[in-house]
Amino acid sequence: MALSAARLSVDTYPPNAAVIQVAGDVTAACEQDLMAAHEEASDTGAKVIVLDFTGMDYMNSGGIGMLVTLLVRGQRRQQRIAAVGLTTHYRQIFELTRLDEAIGLFDTTAAAVATR
Amino acid sequence: MSDEPRDAVSWAKKVDRLHVTDEVKAIGYNIEGRRVAGPQQGFGRLWHRISIAEFGPTVSPQALVADWRAHFGSYWPAGSRFHGGLTGIAPGDVAPLEAGPVTTGILVLYADDVSFTFITPEGHMFAAMITFSAEETEAGTRARIDILLRTSDPIFEAGWFVIKPSEDRFWAGTLRNLAAAHGVHHPAITQTTECVDDRRIWKHWRNVVRNSGIRTVWHTVTRALRRPRRSSPVA
Repeated sequence: MALSAARLSVDTYPPNAAVIQVAGDVTAACEQDLMAAHEEASDTGAKVIVLDFTGMDYMNSGGIGMLVTLLVRGQRRQQRIAAVGLTTHYRQIFELTRLDEAIGLFDTTAAAVATR
Repeated sequence: MSDEPRDAVSWAKKVDRLHVTDEVKAIGYNIEGRRVAGPQQGFGRLWHRISIAEFGPTVSPQALVADWRAHFGSYWPAGSRFHGGLTGIAPGDVAPLEAGPVTTGILVLYADDVSFTFITPEGHMFAAMITFSAEETEAGTRARIDILLRTSDPIFEAGWFVIKPSEDRFWAGTLRNLAAAHGVHHPAITQTTECVDDRRIWKHWRNVVRNSGIRTVWHTVTRALRRPRRSSPVA
């Protein structure tokens, strides 16, 4: 199995959100790390999970597939998933795959958390 | 130094609607003007299906994927046809296909030297992303097909128990044909199916209006009415 080249960390964003910082290369190889980060974020009681892609260098189609799986996990926990920090290139990929219909795209974490 | 990410050339350019080329327009009636539909736009349960074939050391992952991209449709089992471009699989390609009695198609979403991914259009039997890849293992090269799918609508969902074994045979057959082309006969093939989400997305039941199976039957039975009339010879 390929090694994950992504770097993930979780920050709380009171009162009811958590931010998963996603940096490096996002591929299917980082699925376990991302799901573990989601578990950690969920354990804080977060109802909004913000994926911050500011530090992302690369994403292949496996990365998009992984986000579909993460979305399902979030929906099971009645969480809303949002994304910030996407460049124009990655925004267009979210729009092309229509992932933006399920994962809201925002400019800032504050906007992502504030939007209902 | 360019600001463009290194994956930029691997992704299809953003489009809102799919369009087929004139060469395949006659067979592209279930794709032309459609939007793509990923798993989140589907109706049925979410499945992750994996088919794996071990090729051993005869071919590198890069050489295998290059050949797979160049001759994709020729490795399909008999009875199905892929109407891809002459130059092989490239990001942004829109290709009609005939899978048994259903005419539909795909968009090539992503392609690099060790993988390529299709996403399905509205009305396809699956709302899916399908990734074909090759990787190096201790035993040599492994070919892999990952399908993340929901059936598109209640009719295809009701037929899942028939569709699934048919799909199993189809992709196993494809991997066998690909292996044979690389001198590997009777490759070890493993197939797994995992239910990722057992809920159906009922708000998407209306996807049935674009059901490619129904539309293929309708297209076939009304074909005679669409034939252009021959003009009378001029006296």
